[in-house]
Amino acid sequence: MKSKFSLTHLEELEYESIYVIREVAAQFERPVLLFSGGKDSIVMTHLAMKAFWPARLPFPLLHIDTGHNFEETLVYRDNLVKKLGATLIVGSVQESINNGRVVEEKGVNASRNILQTTTLLDTIEKYKFDAAMGGGRRDEEKARAKERFFSHRDEFGQWDPKNQRPELWNIFNGRKNPGEHFRVFPISNWTEMDVWQYILKENIELPSIYFTHQREVFNRDGVWLAKAPFMKLKDGEKYETRTVRCRTIGDISCTGLTLSAANSLEEIIGEIAATRVTERGGRADDMRSEAAMEDRKKEGYF
Amino acid sequence: MTEFSSKGYLDMELLRFTTAGSVDDGKSTLIGRLLYDSKSIFEDQLEAVKRASIRRGNEHIDLALLTDGLRAEREQGITIDVAYRYFATPKRKFIIADTPGHIQYTRNMVTGASTANAAIILIDGRNGVTEQTCRHSYIASLLQIPHVIICINKMDLVGYSQERYEQIKEEFGIFARMLDIREITYVPISALYGDNVVDSSINMPWYNGGTLLQVLENIGIGNDHNLVDPRFPVQHVIRPLSDEYHDYRGYAGRVAGGVFFPGDKITVLPSMLTSKIKSIDVYEGTLDEAWAPMSVAFSLEDDIDISRGDMIVKEDNMPMVSQDIEIMMCWMNEKPMQLNGKYAVKHTTRDVRCIIKEISYKVNVNTLEKVYDDKQVSLNDIACVKIRTTKPLFFDPYNRNRRTGALIIIDEASNNTVGVGMVTDRPQA
Repeated sequence: MKSKFSLTHLEELEYESIYVIREVAAQFERPVLLFSGGKDSIVMTHLAMKAFWPARLPFPLLHIDTGHNFEETLVYRDNLVKKLGATLIVGSVQESINNGRVVEEKGVNASRNILQTTTLLDTIEKYKFDAAMGGGRRDEEKARAKERFFSHRDEFGQWDPKNQRPELWNIFNGRKNPGEHFRVFPISNWTEMDVWQYILKENIELPSIYFTHQREVFNRDGVWLAKAPFMKLKDGEKYETRTVRCRTIGDISCTGLTLSAANSLEEIIGEIAATRVTERGGRADDMRSEAAMEDRKKEGYF
Repeated sequence: MTEFSSKGYLDMELLRFTTAGSVDDGKSTLIGRLLYDSKSIFEDQLEAVKRASIRRGNEHIDLALLTDGLRAEREQGITIDVAYRYFATPKRKFIIADTPGHIQYTRNMVTGASTANAAIILIDGRNGVTEQTCRHSYIASLLQIPHVIICINKMDLVGYSQERYEQIKEEFGIFARMLDIREITYVPISALYGDNVVDSSINMPWYNGGTLLQVLENIGIGNDHNLVDPRFPVQHVIRPLSDEYHDYRGYAGRVAGGVFFPGDKITVLPSMLTSKIKSIDVYEGTLDEAWAPMSVAFSLEDDIDISRGDMIVKEDNMPMVSQDIEIMMCWMNEKPMQLNGKYAVKHTTRDVRCIIKEISYKVNVNTLEKVYDDKQVSLNDIACVKIRTTKPLFFDPYNRNRRTGALIIIDEASNNTVGVGMVTDRPQA
C-alpha cells in the first residue's frame, strides 16, 4: 500500500538530479553543462532549468562539435539556447585538427569520436571550468556502472577507477586542488526507459531525428549508418532509403540508426519496452574492445 | 497497450537495495538470476558476456561478468567497487548497489548501504549463520537499512529441507536481537536453479511466503524517510534579479526530514531568526506541502539573511545543536585516523572542520564485541569516536534521521573522503 507521502520513481529521480545540479552550482566556481543535442543532455538541461527557476541557468552549455552533426541537432540546440536565454560555448574538433592538436583517423571506420576528448579537455582548460556536468548514466555501459555522481579528474583530466572517492548518502565531496576538475553525472541513476518516460511526462521537445523519417543509409556489420559527405563506403556496401529513427544521437560516423516507424513518444516507449538490445548496441565506438569505454573514460572522455 | 504501460510506468515506486556477498555464496548468480528472469539483460550484453566467458575458457556463461565492470575486476574475478544495477518490473523500479562482501571491503558495503531501503543478506544453507552473516547484518543495522531480507541460499544442497530453514531462521533471529533492524523477512532460495527467486519453488511446497522478487515488490517504503521532524538544509539561494522577479529570493534545498506547509513558523539555524513560509515553489507553481526527499525552494515572509549551510526548521521542533558530537565512524582510507588530527567535515550542506578528540572503542564486526585496548582506527574499521567541530552542526541521531545524522570526514591535504560518521543516539554534550 502506498502512503500519502510516497513518490513515484520519476519524481524521486527528478528530485535527486535537481539536488545534484544545485550542489554543483553551490560547490564550484565555474561549472558547465555538456550539451550534445542528445536526449540525455536535453533532459539534463530541462532539469537544470527547473533547479534554478525563476532564475536563468547559472552556468553555460558546452557543445563539443565534431563537425559531423545531424543538421537537425544544431537547429534544435540553437533554438533551445535562445529559449532559455542561456550561454552556449562550442568546442570545435575541426579546430583541434587544424591546430595540430589531434590527427584525423584514417580508413573507412574513421570517426572523430575519440578526438573529442582532446577538444573537451582543451576547452575545459581554456575556460577554467572546474566542473563539467554530463548526461552519462550508469545503466549505459559496465564501466559507467561504477562511476560516482561527483567524479574527480586529475590535472590531466584522467579518471582513476581504482582510486575513486567514497560517495555516501547524498553528501558530495567536490573539494579539489588547482588544475583538477570534476565530471558530474546528475542522471546517473536513470535508465534509458526513465529518460523516455520523463520526456513524455514533462512533454519535452526533441530533435526531429528521434522520430521516424526516410533517410539514405547503408549497412555496416549489421548496423545502419547515415549517408554523409565524409562517410566512405566499403566494397559491397550501398546506399538505400530506409524508414529509420535515432535511438541515441552522437557523431554521425558512429550513430547507428534503428529501422522504425515510431512517430510519437508513446510508440518509441513501446518499442524500447519490447527491444532486446541496449541503446549502445548500435554504437561502433563501444565495440572496439571489452574495455573500450573504460579506456576512453580514463583518458578524459565524457 | 502503450497507453496502458505508460500509465503504469508513471505510477511506479523506486526501491534501492544492496547486496553483499563473497565469491562463493552465490551473490552474482542471484543478481544474474534476478536480472535474467525479469528480462532485464539485453541480448548484446549477454552476447558480450558469452564472448568473454569463452575467451576466458569458462565452461558456462559466467553471469558475474555482467556485474564486474572494471578491467581489473574481470582479470582478478572479483568485485572491487560498488556497482549499480537497474531493473524494473511493472510494479517497481529497482536500483541494486552490488558490493563485495569480504571484510577488506567493509567500506564498499557501507557505501552501498548508505542509500538503501533494503538489504539482501545471503546465508549458505549448509553453513548457517557465519562471521560474514554477522558482518553484513551489523552493517545493515549500523547504516539503518529499514528492511533486511535474509535469503537462505543453496537450499538445493540441503535437500530443500524445511527443518534446516527453520533452524537457520531461529539462529539468525537470536542473533538479530543484538541489532537494530526494523523488519526482517526470510526467503529460502536456490539462486542457481531459480527456486523462489522470481518464480515460486515446486521443491519447497512447505514455504508459504513470497518469492524474493515478490518481497522486493511489496516492501512498504513510503515511510522510510523521517516525516516527523521538519529539516531543510539550505543548498543555494535563487535570486533571478530579472525585471519580472526582481525581488524574488528562493531558498533552494532538499527536504531532509518532516513535512513543511506554507504558513509554517520557522526558525533559521544558526542565526535563530524566525519567519513564516510564504510559499513552497517549484517550476510548475507552488505546492501545498513538501516532504522528504523533495527538492523545492521556500519563499519566506521576512527578508532575513540566510545562506548555504543554514538550516530551516520548524519553531517547535529543534534539532540538536552542538560542536561536540559522538559518532560511529567507518574509516575509508589506507592512512589510519589520527587521534587529535584535524579534518574537514561535510554535514548536510554545511562545511566545517573538526578535531578527533577521543576514540572510545572499536567494534569487531565479526562478533559485535567492543574492543577497548586497540585504538588504532585503520581502513575498514568501525569505531565510536568523539569529535569537536569549529562551528556548531544541526543534527539528529542517525537512527532518527539518516540525512541529518550523517557526515563525511575529508583529509585536507588530499581532499579525499577518508571517513564517514553516523551520530549516535546517546545524549550529546
